[in-house]
This record gives sequence, structure tokens and C-alpha cells, in this order.
Amino acid sequence: MEIKVILNHKPVTLVGEKDEFLADILRNHGRLSIRKGCNTACCGLCTVWLDGKPTLSCNILGIRAAGKEITTIEGIAQEAEEFAQVLVAEGAEQCGFCSPGFIMTVVAMKKELENPNEADIIHYLTGNLCRCTGYMGQLRAVKTYLGVK
Amino acid sequence: MKIVGKGIGKIDGMAIATGKPVYTDDLVMPNALVIKLLRSPHAFAKIITIDTTKAEQVPGVACVLTYKDVPNVRFTVAGQSYPEPSPYDRLILEQIVRYVGDEVAVIAAVDERTALKAMKLIKVAYEVYEPVLDFETAKGHTSVVHTETDLHCNFDIGMKQQLNVVSSQYLEMGNVEEELKKCAVVVEDINYMQAQAHCMMETYRAFSYLDHAGRLVVVSSTQIPFHVRRKLARSLEIPSSKVRVIKPRIGGGFGGKQTVVMEFFTALVTLKTGKPAKLIYDREETFSCSNSRHAMRLTVRVGADSDGYIRAIDIQGLSDTGAYGEHASTVFMVVGQKTLPLYNKTNAVRFMGDVVYTNKMPGGAFRGYGATQGTFGLEAAINKLADKLNMDPTELRLKNLIKAGESSLISQGKLLGSSSLHRCIEKGKELIGWAEKYPKPVVNGNKVRAVGMAVTMQGSGIANIDTASAEVRLSDDGNYTLLIGSTDMGTGSDTILAQMAAEILETDMGKIIVNASDTDVSPYDPGSYASSTTYVTGMAVVKAAEELKQKIIEKGAAFLEVLATEVEFDGKVIRTLTGEKELSLEKLAERMVLGLGKLQLVGNGTYGSPVSPPPYVAGFAEVEVDTDTGKVSLIDYVAVVDCGTVINPNLARIQVEGGIVQGIGLALYEEVRFGKKGNLHTNSFMQYKIPCRKDIGRIHVAFEECFEPTGPFGAKSVGEVVANTPAPAIVHAVYNAVGVRINRLPITPEKVFLGLQDKK
Repeated sequence: MEIKVILNHKPVTLVGEKDEFLADILRNHGRLSIRKGCNTACCGLCTVWLDGKPTLSCNILGIRAAGKEITTIEGIAQEAEEFAQVLVAEGAEQCGFCSPGFIMTVVAMKKELENPNEADIIHYLTGNLCRCTGYMGQLRAVKTYLGVK
Repeated sequence: MKIVGKGIGKIDGMAIATGKPVYTDDLVMPNALVIKLLRSPHAFAKIITIDTTKAEQVPGVACVLTYKDVPNVRFTVAGQSYPEPSPYDRLILEQIVRYVGDEVAVIAAVDERTALKAMKLIKVAYEVYEPVLDFETAKGHTSVVHTETDLHCNFDIGMKQQLNVVSSQYLEMGNVEEELKKCAVVVEDINYMQAQAHCMMETYRAFSYLDHAGRLVVVSSTQIPFHVRRKLARSLEIPSSKVRVIKPRIGGGFGGKQTVVMEFFTALVTLKTGKPAKLIYDREETFSCSNSRHAMRLTVRVGADSDGYIRAIDIQGLSDTGAYGEHASTVFMVVGQKTLPLYNKTNAVRFMGDVVYTNKMPGGAFRGYGATQGTFGLEAAINKLADKLNMDPTELRLKNLIKAGESSLISQGKLLGSSSLHRCIEKGKELIGWAEKYPKPVVNGNKVRAVGMAVTMQGSGIANIDTASAEVRLSDDGNYTLLIGSTDMGTGSDTILAQMAAEILETDMGKIIVNASDTDVSPYDPGSYASSTTYVTGMAVVKAAEELKQKIIEKGAAFLEVLATEVEFDGKVIRTLTGEKELSLEKLAERMVLGLGKLQLVGNGTYGSPVSPPPYVAGFAEVEVDTDTGKVSLIDYVAVVDCGTVINPNLARIQVEGGIVQGIGLALYEEVRFGKKGNLHTNSFMQYKIPCRKDIGRIHVAFEECFEPTGPFGAKSVGEVVANTPAPAIVHAVYNAVGVRINRLPITPEKVFLGLQDKK
């Protein structure tokens, strides 16, 4: 099955089975930043943007992305790197396996929320699990990145 | 110090944070076979017949392997130095299956779909046995989990196979029963710690292939490459010279990857087919078919005299190792080993008990490794004792805890090299506001707030056993390559080891290239576990860098035609003390690899420690209990840490915060639960709850540095000790709030609510 999408600002034809999830199709397409952590839509590792909205790519069939705009971390390289630098300076990437999905959610939050406070940030990011950091360092990094006091 | 003590970012940070392809699954070659495992639906059964004919006929299937296709040589999958203390009670595949999820057949095919299709066509007939599921009745159960006659132990660990006892232990100093009789106050407490799942975000995975020389190469997300190599060689009956194990970036381990969970299967398929093969466990398999923290019951008695001096401690334990004995005896031993030295005003101490086999997923290594269970048991009892003595629990501890320069009954005369634990307690009291908040709870309608606390210790490496090597090489261009065999699983150990080398060589981080870990290339290291990397591998790195520095000075002096004592090296230039002559490091490096020098400079270091210096944590919790529902909310957690010198404050802080949250999960949310037939109920994040951002309150971390004389730059470990205090401290806070003492973790609203009803 062929699925025509806009992937990271370029028209692309993805190839996958009818019952295949977007995460797997994207990984097969070489987007290796896509990680899967749970199969139950709990962990947030596989987060990409679908038409600009954070979406769990392991929980959506590839065919549902047809005609849509998909953004992975490779598509927002500059913004991702900007935040990654703050995250790394804080030491809060740790194993890094959840970082791409986390960063996709953080950058989306920056676009979506105006002047979020700490509680808004925690709420927005709740769907992104991390087993290494204990979240506090990530919160410090996000606050620094957004200039939240 | 210029680089040690600085909170610099991890050397691999940007790559892993931005999703670069550096983990195991990112590196698999595209033509690799995909492996799926058929697993037992029964907790205890014998395979009577297994028919793979139809499965093998599915187009695209490369092989279907059963117990008939594997060597008949037993081994342990526990990642421990040889000879391992864990029993050799496993085969790669066996006719007997001992837990729901135990492997029955290995299917390799061109893709996952084909492998799954073939799996459904395998016909298995089982003779089902009555499983042993309750660890408290496992000893002497009519079912015997391991009846094989070729089970082997390298040491006497107290194995009583026919009784389902893997290990039986008894350690007593002084006479505990007599001493307890003399005590003015004695408390007894029985506590249960549940099994806990590691939940590293990257599940278990590996791939393998044959290289240009026909050797087996296994790329694995593992904490223990050298142990993997040794175990593959033994279990597959191939020379270890034919095996190479490479560890790329790892997405978390927490001890789970200190066990060889699944590399056997990819290796087996590659050897049988000659083709590359990969195996990735999904989350359900990771929950159901790997390993967990050992569930334990601990009965603790503590006695004190009327002045509040603790005179006797008795810990009697029972540990559930599940279907196989990985880490069974050692995790259990650590329960006593990392608790009994804490309170050293004792006249008698005892640790005893059994580890039993049951038909459940095996226990294994998990951050804290027995100290977590032991701390929970002992600290709960100490808090109960403080209550009975009518003493502030912090005062009781300040009065009884060991100090630097002292010894304990089980320290074999060795004096404690360093401790700032007393300062940690003082600091923690200040940060949590102990003076205002203890002991009186604050009641606001149906919400009650109170504080609680606990202390803990761990070790730094395994004394006299685990020994690491490191090599620092001066390259032709004047850069250094640091070769190590430890396994950074996200902790930042590659970075802090490079910081140590850079500090000694007086260079900057950019000049140190870190290479780890590859059994063909890396110097031997048991791997990153037992809180060993900063301390043990760190000392090896320090020694290697110092040796190289000395060689640079000697060879530099020779080129300058003066004595080594007549030059100094500032990291860039070797210069005579008079300042007349000098040689740059780059020039020296170039000369050494060319005709003039003919000797590439290498520094080597090997270190194993006769002691395992304990790091300490004083943990303080403030909770709010809803008396209508029993729900416990954690408001604040304060952890004050003694890890000796802090090598990298940012990375150390994250280690602490992460460990505390794992401990909070253990205290409040996480529980591995099995059904009546031994099937795992908690096999996804829907059923098994790890803390999310909203579940943890605020965590405050402080370091009380001290100098450990045997450690690199005075450092001790930090990775494990941080997981131990939340469970007892939160239990204590809940008790102080509403008077309900929880003895079975996790502290669910239901248990607190029922406890409140009982009080009425």
C-alpha cells in the first residue's frame, strides 16, 4: 500500500501494509528517531506531529496519515537542537531513548500554550513517560527553554 | 580541579536527545531475520510433543528451533564475574517450562508477519504440573520446581533443590536472642516488598551476524558485554574467541540488563542459519519474560536499651527468586550486608533466611539489589522503635549510626573510610522543615499532612571480586583515546570517566575520545552494575591516565635530552624547569609513532578494591493523606546524599532524582501481580503504573560531600543508593499522618482506607 504524505515539508510516498502503524512505516522509511516504548499509547516515545499536532505514531494506522503533514524531529532540526542543548546542559536526557518524543511534545507545547506556568507544563507533558530522570531535570530544562520562572 | 566537579553535559547527549541512530535497533542490517519466541501458556509443564513441521513449511521461515536443537549444558544468565554465585539451572530451551512465558520455540523468518504466522502452526502438547506460586509456601511444596540432576552450583549457597530452596543463609555476630532479652525496648515488624519491573524505556533487544572471519558478533543493549560473551560461549558450546559482543547506546537498564535475557536466541539463529538475526522484545514480553526485583518478606526485630542505644538487630528474610536462580543468593545476602553496618552500637546482629524457587518470572538485579528490600525492612522497624522509645527518629539515628573511622560487627575489623550521613540528616531536617512538622500532623478537613524519614547505604563495587581495566592511548595527532569496558546506559559514565582522564592529563574534554564497549577492543570490565563504574572503573581510568602522563614526561624529557625530573608537563607542552627547551604534546605524539620514537604511548590501569565504600542517603517525605479515600499524595521529597566527591553535579543530581522517583513508584504505585494460574496481570503500562510527572510531588536534592580516601578524587557511587529511602520514608509519613502502618507495598488508597476503618 502506498500512502502519500508530506513528511518533514516534502512530498513523500510511504509504503506499508494496510494494518501497519505509522510508527513502523516511518521507521521502515528510515526515520529512526521514532521509538516505541509500550504498544498501549501510554509512554509518548513515538510522538510525531500530524498536521502540527502531537500524535502517537504507534497508535495510528499509517493509512490515516494519507494526505496529511507528518513532522518528525528531523523536520524541526533547529528547534529540536535548541531545546536539546538546554536539556543536555541540565543532564536531563539521561538514556535519551524517550527524548525525541519528549522534544516533539515540548516544541509543540511552545507553539500551543501562551505563557504556561509550571502546572500547565506538567499537564501538557504528562503523556511522556521517562524512567531515568525523575522528571525534575526535564522540568528545569523546559522552564529555562520557555523562560518560565 | 578544572574538570572534575563540573556539571558538563554528556558527550553523547546531543546525539541521543535528537534521535540519531545510535541504539541497537537502529544499527541492524536490513536483511536480518526477525525472531519471535513461542512461550509457555502454563506456569509449570513438560513438553510431551512439539511438532514444527507446518511452521517450517511457511515460505520465508528460516528455522524453527526447540529444546531438541540446543546444547545440553546448564548455565546461569546472571551477569556476574566467573565463577558466578548463581546456580547453573538453565538451558537455552528446555523440555520443562517453569513459568508462564518461558520459551518453548524460536522462530526466525524474513519478517515479523511470517514469523508470527509460523508460530501459530507449531503444535505443542504439555503435561501440566501444579505450579508453586505462593513464595511463603514454596519451601517443601509437593511440586519441585527444579528436579534436574545436572543443576550445578559453583559455591555452596545453601541449595536444597528438593525443598525449592535456592539459597539458605545464616550470619550471626554475638548472640541475638540473648541480647534481645537484655533490651529495655524491643520492636518487631513484618514487611513485604513486592516485585518491581525495571521499565527501562528501551526494551530488551539484540541482533547478531557472522563477520568476515566467521565469528559470531552480537550487538546488544546490555550492561555486561564480557559476561554475555562468556555465557554465549558456554551455552552454545563455541570457543569464546569466536564471539564478539558490542554494546551501542543503551536506553536504560536499572539492572535488568545485568542479566542475559535474550542474546542466546539471536546467536543461536545466526549460528544455525549463518544469517543476521534480530530479536526485539515488546513491552509485554519485557514485563512478562525478563526479570524483576525479588519480592521479599522481612521480619525484623530491633532492641534498644533505655538510653536509646540499639543493641540487637535480627533480620529474617524470605525471598522469591521465581523460576530460575539468577542473582538469588547475592541479592538476598545484600539485604543484610548493606543494612547491618548502619547501626554499630549493637552487641549482636543476625541475618538469616531462605530464597525459594516458584513458578513465576525470575527475579534479578534491580537498582538497590537487596539493599532496597533490606532498607525497607530495617528502617520501618527503626521508625517503630523511635515511636516506642518516644524519641525523635532523627535523634535515634544520629545517636546510633556509624561514623567515619568506626567499625561495625560485620565489617570484619575494617574501619569506615568516609561518611557524611550525620550531616545529611541535619541538612535534610532543615530542608523538609522537620522541626516544625514532626511529629504533629497538620489536619485540614479530610486532608492530613505529615513527614517521615529513613536512611540507607549501598556499596561502591564488589570488594575483592569485580575488577576493571582501562587504557588511555596517545594518538598520532596528540589526542587521547580512552578505552573502557563499562557500559554507560544513560547514566553518563562515559562522560565522567573522560572527565577524570582529562583532569589528570590536564587537557580538555574535546581531546578525549571515549571508546566503549566492545569485547574485541575494550579492556576487561565486568560491566556497569553493583555501583561500580564511578568508583572501580574510575580508579582504573585514574591509574591509566597517571601512567600515561608519566610516560609522556619521561619520553618528552628524553627528546629534550634532560632527566624526567627536570621537566614539567602542563597538558600541552613538556618544558624544562629552566624554561630553556620545550616540546609540544602534538610533536611528541607524532614522534612516538614515527621512526624517532617507535613506541606509541599507552597508559594502563587495572583496579579492584579491597573495600566497597558505602554512599549514604538521608531521605525525608512529606505526604498528604485523604482520610475519605485513603489516597496518599507525595508533597515533597528531600534526599541528601553522601557520594563522596561529586564528579559531575548535574549528572549526579539526575541520577538521584531518577532513583528517588523509582523508589516513589515502588512505595506508591508499582506492583508485579500474577493471576491464579501464574499468568502475569501487570504486563503493560495500563496495568503496571510507573510514576508520571503528576505523581511525584517536588523532589529536592542536596549533596553533603566528603572525601573517600580509596576513591577516584574522593568519589563513591551514587546510582543505586538513591532508590532505597522512599519506601520506608513514605510509609513513615503516612503513619505519622493517620496512624496507619502499611506493611505491604505499594501504599494504595485501598490499604490506607481499610487501615483507617480498622482504627475506628
